[in-house]
Amino acid sequence: MLLIQQLINGLQVGSIYAVIALGYTMVYGIIKLINFAHGEVMMMGAYFAFLAAVAGMPIWAVFLISMVLSAILGMVIERVAYKPLRSAPRISSLITAIAMSLFLQNLALFIFKADPKVMPTIIKNNPVTIGSLQISNITIITFLVSVVFMVILTIFISKTKSGKAMRAVSQDTEAAMLMGINVNSTISLTFAIGSALAALGGILYAIAYTQVMPTMGLLPGLKAFVAAVLGGIGIIPGAMIGGFILGFIETLTKAYISSRWADAIVFGILIVVLSVKPTGILGKNIREKV
Amino acid sequence: MKNKNKKSYLINGLALVLLFILLNVLIKNNVISRYYQGIMVFVFINVIVASSLNLTIGFLGQLALGHAGFMAIGAYGSALFSMYIKEMALPPTALLITSLLVGGLLTGIIGYLIGLPALRLRGDYLAIITLGFGEIIRVIINNLKITRGAHGLTGIDKLVNVTNSFWIAVVVIVILYAIINSRHGRAIMSIREDEIAAEAVGINTVKYKSMGFTISAFFAGIGGGLFAHYMAYLDPNTFNFMKSVEIVTIVVLGGMGSLTGTIIASVVLTALPEMLRGFAEYRLLVYSFVLIIMMIFRPQGILGRKEFSINGLIKHSKNIIKKTGDNAEGGEL
Amino acid sequence: MALLEVKDLKIKFGGLTAVDEFSISIEKNELVGLIGPNGAGKTTVFNMLTGVYLPTSGTITLDGQDIVGKRPYDIVSYGAARTFQNIRLFKDLTVIDNVKIAYHKQMKYNMIEGIFRLPSYWKEEKIANDYAIELLDIFDMKPYADSLAKNLPYGKQRKLEIARALATGPKILMLDEPAAGMNPQETKELMETIDLIRNKFNIAILLIEHDMSLVMGICEKITVIDYGKIICVGNPEQIKCDPNVIKAYLGE
Repeated sequence: MLLIQQLINGLQVGSIYAVIALGYTMVYGIIKLINFAHGEVMMMGAYFAFLAAVAGMPIWAVFLISMVLSAILGMVIERVAYKPLRSAPRISSLITAIAMSLFLQNLALFIFKADPKVMPTIIKNNPVTIGSLQISNITIITFLVSVVFMVILTIFISKTKSGKAMRAVSQDTEAAMLMGINVNSTISLTFAIGSALAALGGILYAIAYTQVMPTMGLLPGLKAFVAAVLGGIGIIPGAMIGGFILGFIETLTKAYISSRWADAIVFGILIVVLSVKPTGILGKNIREKV
Repeated sequence: MKNKNKKSYLINGLALVLLFILLNVLIKNNVISRYYQGIMVFVFINVIVASSLNLTIGFLGQLALGHAGFMAIGAYGSALFSMYIKEMALPPTALLITSLLVGGLLTGIIGYLIGLPALRLRGDYLAIITLGFGEIIRVIINNLKITRGAHGLTGIDKLVNVTNSFWIAVVVIVILYAIINSRHGRAIMSIREDEIAAEAVGINTVKYKSMGFTISAFFAGIGGGLFAHYMAYLDPNTFNFMKSVEIVTIVVLGGMGSLTGTIIASVVLTALPEMLRGFAEYRLLVYSFVLIIMMIFRPQGILGRKEFSINGLIKHSKNIIKKTGDNAEGGEL
Repeated sequence: MALLEVKDLKIKFGGLTAVDEFSISIEKNELVGLIGPNGAGKTTVFNMLTGVYLPTSGTITLDGQDIVGKRPYDIVSYGAARTFQNIRLFKDLTVIDNVKIAYHKQMKYNMIEGIFRLPSYWKEEKIANDYAIELLDIFDMKPYADSLAKNLPYGKQRKLEIARALATGPKILMLDEPAAGMNPQETKELMETIDLIRNKFNIAILLIEHDMSLVMGICEKITVIDYGKIICVGNPEQIKCDPNVIKAYLGE
């Protein structure tokens, strides 16, 4: 029974990681940049939701406001910090992304101060009892909301014109440009969607742990990145699979081994995956052209 | 070539001794107070740690984000060793040097082992894997009995002062400079420039990558050991991801591939937060902002890949006197 | 036995066979051309010969040694050096350092000797330096020794890449489209350079080229491939009249 209970917990954590990992993987797919600031966008999303909830807005408005503001934030980050470096060496844009992450985190520290704020209850906790199992409705909602957004995203990318443009740019930016695709706005759109998903992850995280703080984005951000790499970075279904796997591993480690070692084990898995199959579960090998 | 080099070594050696005498005079006359001496020790530690990272980032061309982890291994390794051999009652300098070497070697070995899987990966993946290792190291130290975990390690002898940290930093910089300007250093730089071409002219890239990475870890360990024996107390959470980012900031600001740039940036970024009251609180906000601005407008850092040199300066002033206004871009230290 | 002996070389990428049944034999001091239309698999052959790609099957023997499965840096010590189709210099290093890096394997001092600047360091560095200058002088590039490789004009960059390959002390030099992007004047200069290399260094040269006039002008023996397979081997006169070659280049 405990195992099933833990797996259900893992499902909740995993769906949050999956949603955040989607943004990581989309951005990497399109501009080949590990957007370190993604975890911080998630944190900002949680703060936006916190502010909206404190102002007494209805639940749909909390989600909407947070996701829209985060989407804008994501686009601004791309325009200001990443776009000027698109043709620069990879190491420069990577350092910029790390700096951006640090900047947002410290900005939040400056504005909101270090102490955690209690997230107002926007969803009442009503555990559902099935046999001897207790499942929180928040778990169910988290899972459902994430799955719904993943389905929407998948349809968007495979069916719509903008989605096809995104795939084209990620395949070959120059060719896409020659085909008349507006590369800049496609990249902006990718950041907007990725950041909105990060905000979604942030809200769900804040609801699950009932608090928000400036450093809350760091570890979930890194873990979501691990999830994206695990599934195969740049591959959308990979991010989802990676997210859920990571969620399960983490909750099981906490339950059966030790919560103090959980983070080390998560990174250990990353290292093993990268050493054995750097392209991740769904990735294909590509060789450098000589 | 030989004589020219020897002359420049002599000039630089003299300049260092003069600098040291100047520092000592200022300290004796209380111009530099105890408080500022403390800051200077931190500057020297940062010079060591950041220039060792520069070997990986600036010369080998691989972004590593777990340098704080290496510092931690060196710090704990050397501190535990010096506590263990306390009964032997070695003279302080000998105790410090052996402990630093033990800490450095331990870090070098672990760095080598980490490098084996990590260096097979390119660019961003290396950054992530080193970040992961840095975090794992911290979690391990936090949970081990021998390191006293999260309580922190106390009872370390305070063996470090301005004088010995100054000379250790000098030795580290000289060794790094000597490595870079040898066939080994050129092999390391060729990997930064073009890995495939390096292989094609006979460079064993795997070997030199892991050599560069191991040396980098070794000196980070030395820096960590100095830190331990100056603070006399270690908290595992000092060596977190933010610490690694701070070291990266120093390297980037000074110029990836410039040791003298790293020295200048270490002075600036260590001294500023201490000097400006109230600045410390916003230090990371300012650091990160400066980094972003640097990357956009001057990605090569303050000095780029050039080295500031006394010889270059002499040449430069001669030229100014002659009013020919030539460039002083000497490649020599 | 020939210097380079290649038999039945084959490589598959996934399901696609890029090169098949490729054989070639090159004697000491011979100048051989490898030509073929775009995408025929010429560079793939080079990449197998230099250890960048592992062939699916076949043998490569260089100076009596089997080199299949050896890493590229190792193959260099067996005596094969190469240049690249899209120039791959160490751009941010000086011209002379580019050459000295290629001389790395001939230097023996270890890291300790290097750090403490022991006599072996000074001696070998001086030899390397003199050798590099001498090599650059042959290519009329001595005045550029201290400029950064990326600041050289295009033709000089090509020459530097050849000089760098020569610094490894090869028995066979493989040039991948050295005339690509050159104007007729530069191409002519290049032909002279290639001739000079062969005579001065007494080595074999394998040349991949698009520029037919260059290949026809200097090669004694030419191998033509198309769709990964050899379609013709012979001297320039024979190649010119071969119907298969004409078909491959001009179509039906």
